[in-house]
Amino acid sequence: MISREEALDVYQQLRTIRSFEEKLEALVMAGRLPGFLHLYVGQEAVAVGVCAHLRERDAVSSTHRGHGHCIAKGVDLTGMMAELFGRRTGICKGKGGSMHIADVDRGMLGANGIVGAGLPLAVGAALTASVKKTGGVAVAFFGDGATNQGQFHESLNLAAAWKLPAIFVLENNGYGEATPTEFATPLTDLAERAVAYRMHSLVADGMDFFDVFEKAGEAIGRARDGKGPTLLECKTYRFLGHFVGDPLGYRTEAELADWKTNRDPLEVFVAKATEMGLVSAPALARIDAEVDAKIDAAIAAAAEAPFPSPEDVLTDVYPAE
Amino acid sequence: MPRELSFTGAINEALHIAMRSDADVIVLGEDVAGGGGRKDQGIEDAWGGPFGATRGLIGAFGPERVRDTPISEMGFLGAAVGAAATGLRPVAELMFIDFLGVALDPLLNQAAKMRYMFGGKVRVPLTVRTNVGAGNCTASQHSQALYGFTAAIPGLKTVIPSTPADAKGLLLASIRDDAPVVFCETKSLMNLKGDVPEGDYEIPLGLAAVVREGGDVTLVGLGRTVHTSLEAAAKLAAEGIEAEVVDLRSLYPLDEATVLESLRRTGRVVVVDEATPHCGIASEIASLCVDRGFDFLDAPVKKVTAPHTPVPFSPVLEEAYLPTADGVVEAVLEQLGWNR
Repeated sequence: MISREEALDVYQQLRTIRSFEEKLEALVMAGRLPGFLHLYVGQEAVAVGVCAHLRERDAVSSTHRGHGHCIAKGVDLTGMMAELFGRRTGICKGKGGSMHIADVDRGMLGANGIVGAGLPLAVGAALTASVKKTGGVAVAFFGDGATNQGQFHESLNLAAAWKLPAIFVLENNGYGEATPTEFATPLTDLAERAVAYRMHSLVADGMDFFDVFEKAGEAIGRARDGKGPTLLECKTYRFLGHFVGDPLGYRTEAELADWKTNRDPLEVFVAKATEMGLVSAPALARIDAEVDAKIDAAIAAAAEAPFPSPEDVLTDVYPAE
Repeated sequence: MPRELSFTGAINEALHIAMRSDADVIVLGEDVAGGGGRKDQGIEDAWGGPFGATRGLIGAFGPERVRDTPISEMGFLGAAVGAAATGLRPVAELMFIDFLGVALDPLLNQAAKMRYMFGGKVRVPLTVRTNVGAGNCTASQHSQALYGFTAAIPGLKTVIPSTPADAKGLLLASIRDDAPVVFCETKSLMNLKGDVPEGDYEIPLGLAAVVREGGDVTLVGLGRTVHTSLEAAAKLAAEGIEAEVVDLRSLYPLDEATVLESLRRTGRVVVVDEATPHCGIASEIASLCVDRGFDFLDAPVKKVTAPHTPVPFSPVLEEAYLPTADGVVEAVLEQLGWNR
């Protein structure tokens, strides 16, 4: 399955996403960050379990909840943090922010402010891989809400018709913003939608890294082998609101407590990996300390970094002639 | 050596050259081959696009690079954006610009903004070829001239040639541009013939052309209305009035200097556009002339455009809808009267 070294790497990523997001929440509450944020806490196993199979040049497209996908795809934390602070040193020079954070050189095609818009971008990246015969694949991450958008259906159909190396990773966290999934569609397993496109589909426990890792491995392996796209539904849950400051109220305390107590993806991973003899408490504690120090350093650097100059508003609209 | 080609033929030639000179160029859209994938049945490109502009490409470059898409504009335009951002140079065909209604997000929110949102760290070398305009009785949903809308979106370029020679050179420049370009092909000009140079040449985006010189009034046209303006200029010449005709060719970037320079020479401007009059290119040119050419103006700027209505079907109504040479002549005479 995975080696001890890989297990520590997985934990390091899960923990980085968790801490990054929790520290961001605190920064927003303290009034230190502009704009608004959609955080990934609770869904970490999905990004990490999928991206563990990806190479640097493989592409991913993301959602408004995109920090976890960036981190799992290897985007630089310092550049990400500076971006969220709106600084010139940000990975997008302070022009994108949370909802458009991207690093195309690392195959990260951007968070996206439009629900469903990342899917055709990933189809396009898969088309590039196919035409240029790079052996690469493209992953679209999106939520349950996106499956009711036209872009979802058009993308699945196109990828299936053209048998492209695309993987559609559906993170079903049970809510499209404040609307429960069962109110938005009659389906329970949204992976059923794949039937309409004769696409291979899989359902994974999105709170369990090992389950996501196994099923994503199958999906990505099929794509690399020329067997076409897969719709992989990961059942997951977000522990925080739709955005920081979400008044909540649309889900019960008991429901939230159940997920957090019994299915926290970090705890699930640690329990399973410990039982498999892959990780030990001291090694994990060492990673915890390293991760916190790294994120704190990124925050300190971002807070001290210069803001863009007002004239920068005019640059980067068109490529230089 | 120039030889005579139709507008469609010039576009077809440009596409062949672009695909031959760069293996990253792909062509995708509805029926760009037509019957693609049926080579075993002796069928290869039954259509070559609804106007035949892409005929022969699939035979020359194969089905990997020349792709018939499902009727799924948002899906394949979005895929074209993703392909452009990851190393291909796609030429996507949006059969009629009216279909932007079901395909807008990939252009408006993705292609146009990616470079800016990502701090300049991506190129989106996408060309969207699309058919615009009225004159063929294609009614309200296949006849609009929506280029003013795409020209208003920062991050996009919008181009509209008026002759076969310009169509070839502007299309080659559009495909090789690293920004997303909306390339508008005017329906009523597709069969227009003209001399087209052989070989590979580009016409830079953002350069207008003075297609007729004259000292009394400047007529600014684009696409179809360049011809309307030339027809009007001939009628005015018969009355002893010499009109200069400026073909914008590119709506963004816009060649403001050429328009203002012509205004400086003539003192009068009539903008002729087959699009509707509100918030469009004609208003933009009028604004430019008032804002930066006020001292040169000897008469109010006139707009001769379609009315603020959908495009009608009946030939009689459509003729009433489209700007005419007589309408331009009338506007010019009104300007001169104002001056008298």
